[in-house]
Amino acid sequence: MSYTLEGNTGTWEIVVGLEVHAQVISKSKLFSGASTVFGGEPNSQVSLIDAGFPGMLPVINQTCVEQAVRTGLGLKARINLESRFDRKNYFYADLPTGYQISQFEHPIIGTGIVEIELADGSTREIGITRLHLEQDAGKLMHDQDPKRSFVDLNRAGVALMEIVSEPDIRSPEEAGAYLRKLRQILRYLETCDGNMEEGSMRADVNVSVRKAGEPMRTRCEIKNVNSIRFVMQAIEIEATRQIEIWEAGGEVDQETRLFDPHKGETRALRSKADAHDYRYFPDPDLLPLVIEQSWVDQIKQTLPELPDEKRARFQKDYGITAYDASVLVAEQSTADFYEKVAKGRDGKSAVAWVTGDFFAALNRTGKSIEESPVSADSLGAMLDLIADGTINGKIAKEVLEEMFETGEAPIEIIDRKGLRQVTDTGAIEAAADDIIGKNADKVEQYKGGKDKLFGFFVGQVMKATAGKANPAIVNDILRKKLDG
Amino acid sequence: MLTDLTIAQASEGLRKKEFSAVELTKAHTDAVETLNGRINAYITVTSDLALEAAKKADAQLVSGDAPALTGIPLGIKDLFCTNGVRTTAASKIIGNFVPPYESTVTAKLLENGAIFLGKTNLDEFAMGSANLTSAFGGVENPWHRKGDPSVMVPGGSSGGSAAAVAAHIAMGATGTDTGGSIRQPAAYCGIVGLKPTYGRCSRWGTIAFASSLDQAGPMTRTVEDAAIMLTAMAGHDPKDSTCADIAVPDYRAACGRSLKGLRVGIPAEYRAPGMSEEILAVWQKGIDLLREAGCEIVDVSLPHTKYGLATYYIIAPAECSSNLARYDGVRFGERAEGATSLDDLYEKTRHNGFGEEVRRRILMGTYVLSAGYYDAYYLKAQKVRTLIQRDFTHAFEKVDVLLTPTAPTAAFARDEKPEDPVQMYLNDIFTVPASMAGQPAMSVPVALDSKGLPLGLQLIGKHFDEETIIAVGSALEKAAGFTARPDLRAGVSA
Repeated sequence: MSYTLEGNTGTWEIVVGLEVHAQVISKSKLFSGASTVFGGEPNSQVSLIDAGFPGMLPVINQTCVEQAVRTGLGLKARINLESRFDRKNYFYADLPTGYQISQFEHPIIGTGIVEIELADGSTREIGITRLHLEQDAGKLMHDQDPKRSFVDLNRAGVALMEIVSEPDIRSPEEAGAYLRKLRQILRYLETCDGNMEEGSMRADVNVSVRKAGEPMRTRCEIKNVNSIRFVMQAIEIEATRQIEIWEAGGEVDQETRLFDPHKGETRALRSKADAHDYRYFPDPDLLPLVIEQSWVDQIKQTLPELPDEKRARFQKDYGITAYDASVLVAEQSTADFYEKVAKGRDGKSAVAWVTGDFFAALNRTGKSIEESPVSADSLGAMLDLIADGTINGKIAKEVLEEMFETGEAPIEIIDRKGLRQVTDTGAIEAAADDIIGKNADKVEQYKGGKDKLFGFFVGQVMKATAGKANPAIVNDILRKKLDG
Repeated sequence: MLTDLTIAQASEGLRKKEFSAVELTKAHTDAVETLNGRINAYITVTSDLALEAAKKADAQLVSGDAPALTGIPLGIKDLFCTNGVRTTAASKIIGNFVPPYESTVTAKLLENGAIFLGKTNLDEFAMGSANLTSAFGGVENPWHRKGDPSVMVPGGSSGGSAAAVAAHIAMGATGTDTGGSIRQPAAYCGIVGLKPTYGRCSRWGTIAFASSLDQAGPMTRTVEDAAIMLTAMAGHDPKDSTCADIAVPDYRAACGRSLKGLRVGIPAEYRAPGMSEEILAVWQKGIDLLREAGCEIVDVSLPHTKYGLATYYIIAPAECSSNLARYDGVRFGERAEGATSLDDLYEKTRHNGFGEEVRRRILMGTYVLSAGYYDAYYLKAQKVRTLIQRDFTHAFEKVDVLLTPTAPTAAFARDEKPEDPVQMYLNDIFTVPASMAGQPAMSVPVALDSKGLPLGLQLIGKHFDEETIIAVGSALEKAAGFTARPDLRAGVSA
């Protein structure tokens, strides 16, 4: 499947690379001891280092380095045992020292891979160019005073991982799949919460277009897009804009642009000519960052099973489809829940219940899986009761609903409400005879060849037994009586 | 006179109860009051705080639990942030800045019982070799040419510290040295100035000029005093990633150590063409004295010395252009009034706040780091810096210490200040290479020139081998018998 855009002069393909800024999960900032908790009073989480006071010096936070290494391992990337911090110099009111400490020439993580799955079931590998650590800037507030702007430095100095992809992405769908997958991996690794609303994950999107087989054309960078949906929209809108320019005989300028989701357009922020000269140079306050392979190996030992491996294992161990497995591994908590339910039981029936009635009930009650009143053990017990014939599937739905409301164990609900399956053939035969006697006309039609009416008889018998009859026995008895 | 004592003597006198810390401090605060108006060695005088601290020191001395520097009055270069005491870097841009924190070096001195007389003058942000760029006015060197009342410069950037120590209005002082800022003013003022190995003293809380070069050190009237102060100032600091985790020896123990068999290198490249005969003569005197003291004199070569100054004036401004970006008028310090935009605020604040020399260096640094110039300047300079470092490594395979002149001339008069900034930069020609290589180095006063001005010699040691330069320095000091004192000093003139 390939995504293309049709212009007046023919078919265009798009080329996209993403730079994702992911906020590192750590208690304190990259180079200071100040807290990183979101939502504090303005300037309540600022150390003298973050505020750039005279004589203050940065000291690297080991936890942030460990998180970067973890992420690198999760992206199957090269871990650079020696990396370096550089200063990126520019003046802005949210940047207290006048430079951002970043890694320019020697990032801590080198090339890696993210495998994405597309709607048609196919998969693609998107290359990771690099991952580096850098400081976040503060926040300017322009709405607090009619004349002045205020500065909140709580975020200044918080550790970010900038994860740069190769220009391997060829459609908005792939961009979305890439971001979802990346976020999934970061969440599994617990290195970034992936919360785009709070800004802990943001993307810069590089877009260009070309005719099939052409080399790269000029790209534009769309800065700071803060949702997956917006990234996908921005790509299509920007690609369309560029195609129009090329087709009109114009030239796309290399520039930085902003995406306006309300107007559905991208706007120029600054051209290449106005681009900052960041005057990068190695930060003389910090020594080169040297880590040991043995430490990397130790971190590797603590890595969780990642979504790709988990999905493959679920398919193999529980005999479920690739699609079902993908749904289950989307969140670690869902995967864990499923695995508890499926362990020692029929994996297919487990996935049907988890992604079916269980998810529906969660949705209806607006609860997350962590808040679910029905535990995995409890749902598993219900599945056991279906398997051993204590209840049938139809009754089970009713039992599950009750479980959500009361939090009771399934067997208690079944006993309290008398929902045990009827397997007494005598009782079922009596009910069948009664139904057949009352519906002589339908019996006549059925015998005359209207096979579909068999379902009617089954339904009537089930209704007469309040749904508790064992459906297999009902079928047997009706066949004998009607066909015999 | 109490102000004539060395730190070692005063320390002993305090312990023997020959005088009290209050008396010792009072003698100094009185002398500061008398002389500072003329010398301008202090930007901020903290006599009241000093006398308060002296009372506590006396109590400590009575209790018998008094650390090495208890009751010793010192001057603190106004580049070290001092908790609650204005710290200006001799710049208008932070002319009223009062830090809520204490630099590691001054905190260590306080823990060791030292008393601070005030904050000493310097070239603005430590950029200068004559103490002429201070926003708080120049410093007068307490020395004068015989029969000539011309005001001489004290050297720089630690000119206030050097002048205070020379004029006996501090027993010792802290300095910082980026390209010679401790050693050159020490030579100009006839005192001892020790720049330790890069990483020996913490840089935390010291206002940065060029981070890869800046190093704090003591300025005193004797080598022994420098050793005592350095023992208190040095040591690992987890707050400075470039500060070495190496144990601090008792440097004083190195004084008087035998020099038998010690190899002293004489680098050929320091014999610059056009150098004054007097400098060459004092250098020869030093060589002879050390030979007599039992040292083996070895000719060595530091072939990349000639690139030292050019390299320094790329790297130091590059780092300074970035380090000084934080003085933007947004969070602390001076802010220009009437700015119409953020850029305007930056431009006005920084234009008004920084002096000409600082602006010049920021511009140079910005230029050499700019796209298209980085490789030709900064990167090339870093490569040359590596070659300079290698020169020293090779030399120290053959010798234990190097002996050179500290500066190419004696102090010059304020009105002889060269108009060409490059001429001014040449003052650092002998001190810069050791800075570039991170070597420890010390200037020791050895003789007076024909006009009566002091001349110093520089000892350069192996990394973290301050002990050898202290041992050689104390022997040189003893052999040279330099006892001259400036005409302008406590208790003499007023």
